[in-house]
Amino acid sequence: MALITLKNVKTVFGDTVIHDGIYLNVKEGEIYGLLGPSGCGKTTLLREMVLLQDFREGTIEVLGKNLNGIREKDAQSLRQQWGVLFQFGALFSSLTIKENIALPLVEYTSLSKSMIDEIVRFKIHLVGLKAKDANLYPSEISGGMKKKAGLARALAMDPKLLFLDEPTSGLDPISAREFDSLILKLRDMLGLTVVMVSHDLQSIYDTLDKVAIIDNKKIVYEGTLEGVKNVKNEFIQTFFGIANE
Amino acid sequence: MYKKPLIDLQDDKLLLSFRGELSIYTVADIEQEVKKIKNYTFKKLLIDGNNITSLDTGGAIFLYNFQNDFCAKKIDVSLCLNDARQKATLDLVAKNMASAEIVKKMPKKNIFEKIGEICYAYFIGLLSFLQFFGQLFVSKLRYLTSLKNIRFKEIAFEINDSAIRALGIIALTSFLIGLVVAYQSAYQLKLYGANIFIVDMLGISIFRELAPLITAIVIAGRSGSAYAAQIGAMKITQELDAMKTMGFEPFAFLVLPRIIALVITMPILIFIADMMAMLGGMIVAHVDLNITPSLFIDRFSEVIAAKHFYVGIIKGPFFAFLIASIGIYRGLMVKADTQSIGFNTTKSVVESIFAVIVCDAVFSIAFTILGI
Ligand SMILES: Nc1ncnc2c1ncn2[C@@H]1O[C@H](COP(=O)(O)OP(=O)(O)OP(=O)(O)O)[C@@H](O)[C@H]1O
Ligand SMILES: [Mg+2]
Repeated sequence: MALITLKNVKTVFGDTVIHDGIYLNVKEGEIYGLLGPSGCGKTTLLREMVLLQDFREGTIEVLGKNLNGIREKDAQSLRQQWGVLFQFGALFSSLTIKENIALPLVEYTSLSKSMIDEIVRFKIHLVGLKAKDANLYPSEISGGMKKKAGLARALAMDPKLLFLDEPTSGLDPISAREFDSLILKLRDMLGLTVVMVSHDLQSIYDTLDKVAIIDNKKIVYEGTLEGVKNVKNEFIQTFFGIANE
Repeated sequence: MYKKPLIDLQDDKLLLSFRGELSIYTVADIEQEVKKIKNYTFKKLLIDGNNITSLDTGGAIFLYNFQNDFCAKKIDVSLCLNDARQKATLDLVAKNMASAEIVKKMPKKNIFEKIGEICYAYFIGLLSFLQFFGQLFVSKLRYLTSLKNIRFKEIAFEINDSAIRALGIIALTSFLIGLVVAYQSAYQLKLYGANIFIVDMLGISIFRELAPLITAIVIAGRSGSAYAAQIGAMKITQELDAMKTMGFEPFAFLVLPRIIALVITMPILIFIADMMAMLGGMIVAHVDLNITPSLFIDRFSEVIAAKHFYVGIIKGPFFAFLIASIGIYRGLMVKADTQSIGFNTTKSVVESIFAVIVCDAVFSIAFTILGI
């Protein structure tokens, strides 16, 4: 079943066309990668899928809901079913890490305080943070730790769908590989579907089931990693070529 | 959706079977429901999880802790869970929960600790304010050593941004103030037939006090707050750090141009305010008290000495310095979280208006003693 479908999506900022007719299909249980050179509009596409950004033309369907003219009630229920990790963490700077993770649980569920504490403790350990970091504020932790905390917050509600914008950039290689295996584990266990933007080749080879490569405003390739090498495209040749040697 | 768990007590054996969804949305209700078995006495607990339709990590944490609670009470617990996925989820939770340390609560502070902290914060605040002035002084000296150091472009930009663009609002406010003050006093003066004294009254009160204060308050609200917010935001995005590493001294690039721009333009703004307020007064005098503009101006040049005008204008640079430096200081005090921008912006306006009024009082006393 397709969880996310994009048809002929066109994005324009001022006079510049960013996307010109994008078609995508993300199936349930897939780990789906969005690749492309810097500035090709991967973050923008992700933002369009999570209702942060309007697009000029086309349709986007997420979890069976058409995002064009979506009703507020539907949008709100979608927002509880997905988790988003932003490129730079985007933690709430006035809340501690623990409060950041607990926030959706406090707002959307009637869980007891002790239960929320337990869930937070689990999520913090799951993403590889230390318990003593929980009471720190975002300004007091490193960039990599912010990524992990952002992931813990995205996972707080056990979402069906996870959007990750460059999850492994800024992580040390060990944490990055742990992150990959965590994503795989979560997918297998919770049946998560993951859409992620990544420039990390190791992570791309280890986790992705399917990739879509954006270049020159269009999708130049969508499919498995095996097929990617046969595509005649400069970005793809350079990006994957180096890795083969 | 939530389905009541079934509880079945047979002799010393308790059979508990969960049904339906066991997730963050249902755990709260289920927790309530199974709480009562704490009062039962039994030696064996059989948990049947085969009717659980979906299990998320929240539900699994609940299940894991639930088992552990009874294990700790020396009760024989056994769990029956066949679904491979749910089992894997529970395993993941069990593995993590076993090794995860408890997240410590932040220790509560007692009242003395809090008072001490607040006092210390004020003390540090005072010190850092003094440090700010010291730094300002030093960089001003460096500034003056060579003409090349002066950032004329930045100063010009700030003059446009915080003075020229403020002309309209200052002109309008002071015009209205002149109108209102004249209108209020016209009524009183008419009672005594002292119509012509409106000129004396307006001239002195507006030139000496009202115009400088109104201008200062508008500028504090408009530019002081903008300085605090701009510099605060630059601090959060690490722009200030970037400037420092590239050798651009923030004091020379951001602080001094703003202060100098306001110091230069404040007297001009006060002059505009003077004129507009007098215009307002003149209109009321004409309409309400039958004093023609030419009579008004004749009387004006007769009774209002030039010193009243200079007293008002001389306050300008002092007010400007206070407003700009407090706004910038507040901007530099912004911590790395977004809320402190709002906090410091508010503070900058409150403090600079307060400082302006205190400064005005000091001027009043000084001028009285000097007999000006
Ligand atoms: N709000 C905006 N207004 C105007 N242009 C924008 C806006 N947001 C993004 N863009 C432009 O859209 C393009 C795509 O930006 P986007 O952030 O999606 O890139 P990206 O593919 O995520 O790049 P990176 O790999 O560096 O993160 C860029 O050229 C950017 O200049
Ligand atoms: Mg991006």
